[in-house]
Amino acid sequence: MNRRLLVGYLVAAVALILAPRFLDAYQVDVLNSVGLYVLLALSLNLILGDAGLFNMGQAAFYAVGAYTAAILNTRLGVPMLWAMPVSGLLAAIFAVIVARPVVHLRGDYLLVVTIGLGEIVRIALVNDVFGVTGGANGIFGIARPFLFGHKIRTPDEFLYLIWGFVAVTVFLFHRLEESRFGRALTFLREDAVAAEGSGIDTTRYRLMAFALGAAWAGMTGSIYAAKMTIISPESFSFWESVVVFLMVILGGSGSIPGVMVGAAIVVIMPEIFRDLATARMLVFGLVMMVMMVVRPQGLLPWRAPRFRAGDVPRDLPRPEAAP
Amino acid sequence: MSALLELRGVTKIFGGLVAVEDVGFDVVAGQVMGLIGPNGAGKTTTFNLITGNYRVSRGTIAFEGRPLTSLRTNRIVRLGVARTFQNIRLFQQLTALENVLAGRHCRTSAGLLGALLRTPGQRREERAAVARAIAELDFVGLPGRALDLAKNLAYGDQRRLEIARALASEPKLLVLDEPAGGMNEQETDQLVGLIGRIKARGITVLLIEHDMTLVMRACDQIVVLEYGKKIAEGPPAAIQRDRRVIEAYLGTEEAT
Repeated sequence: MNRRLLVGYLVAAVALILAPRFLDAYQVDVLNSVGLYVLLALSLNLILGDAGLFNMGQAAFYAVGAYTAAILNTRLGVPMLWAMPVSGLLAAIFAVIVARPVVHLRGDYLLVVTIGLGEIVRIALVNDVFGVTGGANGIFGIARPFLFGHKIRTPDEFLYLIWGFVAVTVFLFHRLEESRFGRALTFLREDAVAAEGSGIDTTRYRLMAFALGAAWAGMTGSIYAAKMTIISPESFSFWESVVVFLMVILGGSGSIPGVMVGAAIVVIMPEIFRDLATARMLVFGLVMMVMMVVRPQGLLPWRAPRFRAGDVPRDLPRPEAAP
Repeated sequence: MSALLELRGVTKIFGGLVAVEDVGFDVVAGQVMGLIGPNGAGKTTTFNLITGNYRVSRGTIAFEGRPLTSLRTNRIVRLGVARTFQNIRLFQQLTALENVLAGRHCRTSAGLLGALLRTPGQRREERAAVARAIAELDFVGLPGRALDLAKNLAYGDQRRLEIARALASEPKLLVLDEPAGGMNEQETDQLVGLIGRIKARGITVLLIEHDMTLVMRACDQIVVLEYGKKIAEGPPAAIQRDRRVIEAYLGTEEAT
């Protein structure tokens, strides 16, 4: 990993660790919100930024994860953090099932399908599918999570839980980026025909991108449920998918630090302009438009180069000598 | 002398247009075969049928006796048929090394867990894949260019990079669609040398080419297509004398 990026991460980590000393509960709560959206943006970035699949239904996977954890917790008494991997797994399975028939679609068509998917999930939740989602009221009384026997309750404690998960996610996703798996997704995004022609099973990798992106959104959903203790279909509206999509594009599609910056800006900016009341969304919208005209590649489009001079070996046997 | 690739009665119909009609030929292992013909003769369509980019309407294509006609492209590559494209399809924004690693993909196996946990096996495989990719870049004549972006390479070098990417998948049959397209005379000479060295590695080559000097120098056997049909087949010397081939290229007296 690049040294400057590492320094950036360390500075951000120290700032977040010290944040509760300097910020009030409201401000910490905004940071928690940023953290959750960073996780969602990173999860969508796998699908949209890395694999180049236009998905505007990420809230569906977020919802599946949140509801899975909430149902497991309120009905079966499963602790929230134990429910988290189940949320991820179920969201991934759900993603593979719904994406399988449509995953070959080209950009804009896929976008329309995923918008439909998001709406179907939301309406299904309102209609109390299987009689377990609580309809429009949602589910309440979700228990607080325990970490090493300690109950996580205050915004400060959630700050450490959420951003701890962000740290793990960033670490893992950077590893993914530099692997055979990550490269396959990049080839897919750059030219799917050439990728398939080079021997990459493009259908499989499209599904894997969806599965992994959904798994992370699902796990994030379970943290969200634990933080709110109440969830309802409103929290997973089409607008959520749009906002997360925006974060990825605005920050720099495919760039891990970029989408994190994108998420932070999209969450914090409307908070700063709160005094403008209703005009704040106007300002927000205008900034978006200017951004896309002036800097279409995103705020921080930087991606780590996968290989440097040190990675290129010298004095190799020529392939003629190989069997 | 066994046939590595067998086409029998291969027909491709697009709507009402018969692009390829009842074409059959064998590609013999170890040879360089050329597929030539005027523009629109169905050469690239035939290639796309072999590599699974199109589905045949009728007929069979078999590789080492195994039918390819219902397989997806990536499966065909795994079986040992790699290709290049007429209108270069590199990953332009990526380095030459990454491009070649794309070809390496189907001969490596590290998955999601290997990537996340970065196991010793995964790291070994990565190192070996990079080493092989660099060796292929050297082989095609691009030493020291591994970290250049594909889009920054000269046109002829991009063609060579595509060949390196195909070679990295360890093909038994290499399918080249107009490899000399856009190359100058010197680059074409080098390409003839490269095709010879590919053949020397034991890789069978099937190529489409318009540059007749290259075809005559590089190929052991030639198939000629016109209007989607095979009109001639044979060694270069015989093709050069074939009356129907001369007519196809120069037109008949009645037509002119």
